[in-house]
Amino acid sequence: MRRHDQWLNPMPEIRNMTLNFGPQHPAAHGVLRLILEMDGEVIERADPHIGLLHRGTEKLAESKPFNQSIGYMDRLDYVSMMCNEHAYVLAIEKLLGVTPPVRAQYIRVMFDEITRVLNHLMWLGAHGLDIGAMTIFLYCFREREDLMDCYEAVSGTRMHATYYRPGGVYRDLPDQMPQYAASKWHSAAEVAKLNDGRQGSMLDFIDAFADRFPGCVDEYETLLTDNRIWKQRTVDIGIVSPERALQLGFTGPMLRGSGIEWDLRKKQPYEVYPKLDFDIPIGVNGDCYDRYLVRIEEMRQSARIIKQCVGWLRENPGPVILDDHKLTPPKREDMKGNMESLIHHFKLFTEGYCAPAGEVYTAVEHPKGEFGIYLVSDGANKPYRLKVRAAGFAHLAAINEMASGHMLADVVAIIGTMDVVFGEIDR
Amino acid sequence: MSDPKVEIITTRVSACLGTRLVSQIVDRGELTIVVRPEDILECAQILRDDEALAFSQLMDLSGIDYLSYGQADWQTQSATDSGFSRGVNRAQAQLPKDRPGRFAVVYHLLSLSFNFRIRMKAYLHDDPPRIDSVVGIWACADWYEREAFDLFGILFNSHPDLRRLLTDYGFIGHPFRKDFPLEGYVEVRYDLDKKRVVYQPVTIESRVLVPKVIREDNQFAAPRPVVESDA
Repeated sequence: MRRHDQWLNPMPEIRNMTLNFGPQHPAAHGVLRLILEMDGEVIERADPHIGLLHRGTEKLAESKPFNQSIGYMDRLDYVSMMCNEHAYVLAIEKLLGVTPPVRAQYIRVMFDEITRVLNHLMWLGAHGLDIGAMTIFLYCFREREDLMDCYEAVSGTRMHATYYRPGGVYRDLPDQMPQYAASKWHSAAEVAKLNDGRQGSMLDFIDAFADRFPGCVDEYETLLTDNRIWKQRTVDIGIVSPERALQLGFTGPMLRGSGIEWDLRKKQPYEVYPKLDFDIPIGVNGDCYDRYLVRIEEMRQSARIIKQCVGWLRENPGPVILDDHKLTPPKREDMKGNMESLIHHFKLFTEGYCAPAGEVYTAVEHPKGEFGIYLVSDGANKPYRLKVRAAGFAHLAAINEMASGHMLADVVAIIGTMDVVFGEIDR
Repeated sequence: MSDPKVEIITTRVSACLGTRLVSQIVDRGELTIVVRPEDILECAQILRDDEALAFSQLMDLSGIDYLSYGQADWQTQSATDSGFSRGVNRAQAQLPKDRPGRFAVVYHLLSLSFNFRIRMKAYLHDDPPRIDSVVGIWACADWYEREAFDLFGILFNSHPDLRRLLTDYGFIGHPFRKDFPLEGYVEVRYDLDKKRVVYQPVTIESRVLVPKVIREDNQFAAPRPVVESDA
């Protein structure tokens, strides 16, 4: 039914359209609900509604002993699991005033870089898929599979490892890389082929990966870097000036893409990063394409770091966790025959350890940016307050500024370039 | 006070802030300053714009509720005297007497030019807790302040858009306050008759699996932090 006055006024009233993007949109990277106010196809305002994945991790951590929350950290940014754990165990170690053995530090750094590669591969595959490049996704997941196997070999799980512990890492690297067994899906010949690279130790497997991986990155670059469509979708999209990047609290590749050379691994080094040789790539224009180039180069640098760690770890066996059983569990066999070990084990897994009162903030260079843990202790066996500083949180908060004035299709490129994961944003 | 950089920044901060500085603590190599909530805008402006400090990035902003700070569920000392009991002390939490306020807002600032971090704290006395917004100084404070409002109920004066951020549409209460139960008050389920999702009071009961214990004699007990000035 048309209203009468519409006939009196021949000019139609032009109104901005409000578009609901997500939370069930494949390009929304999980559970982002984006309210877009649009003038035609141009974004006027973007208002993200987050919190659909809010689990109250920080509140849950307040209700249990320190060690029991390590597993929650994996579930924050669930594509860079061990880096999250790293910030958390560093915070506990700083609170307690302990330093893990050097071998544990090398293992942590190696797995941090494996995690960085894992994260960037996931990002590259998903970002490519979002803006129209299908093949790259399959290429990325091929390499991810090998790294997932490394996760599984050290921790028993492919994703949520809970491998880092205050005082070191849970166990040493396995001497034998796990192999596939023949099944009704894989014949013996296929399995033999799959196990070809798994004949030696886990370090051999990782070493072979680090050798092979730069070639894989070349393959990705052949597909994308000079690809006309890829450039049309990313060059000059979502430009952030260095001044704005600082104002908006950007960190990691988002900040480096805007041309600011800032990497915690170099600037505020933790663990053994000062002993390793690697470079920090930075962008020039601060657009989606530069951030892509930065992340691609970071993968190459990660392979370099992994290679150096493998070399050190091969030559230097030793303890991987502190021998202080007030903090770390005693060996299983000791527990069976030694009363004191049994008591230590019992106390550690029931009450845990009490951290002295105080507050610390530790940050690591997470694949997405600065991942910080603010931990307040009142002297109890549980954290008094845990605050997770997630890199993606600040990045997503800037989406209104980055997307305004762009077309609808560019919003997808901008969400992709931010590398958002809702596990860490909603916490 | 071993790190010379900490010393330089500490002196510079106290020189710049003057009487606005309530106290200053260096603990585990980290500098924490406490300011009054009414001075927060001036202090933030100085810390960002002073050439020798240049805290150009606000890394993190979080609220804290000090309601049950330092209170254990299970008094180990008296339990030892009178025989161990599994009972968890569920007495109503009370704000410790020596606390300057129940809530605090904590700002983590980073200076890129001097490669230094600082923690700025303001204890809030009002009810509801209230402080000026720093969105005009660091744009990224927008969402951090919305989060602190949502989870702790801290109000930020002149914030452009102080809406809830993480909790559900129509949520009541501020879940990260210490007097808000871990399991919450309501749960959702799908109602077959009404053919929609309905809210109902929670049906689970929380259990304390590990009581909160404070042991003063533990081996990690740290030396007392160095208090620089106490105005």
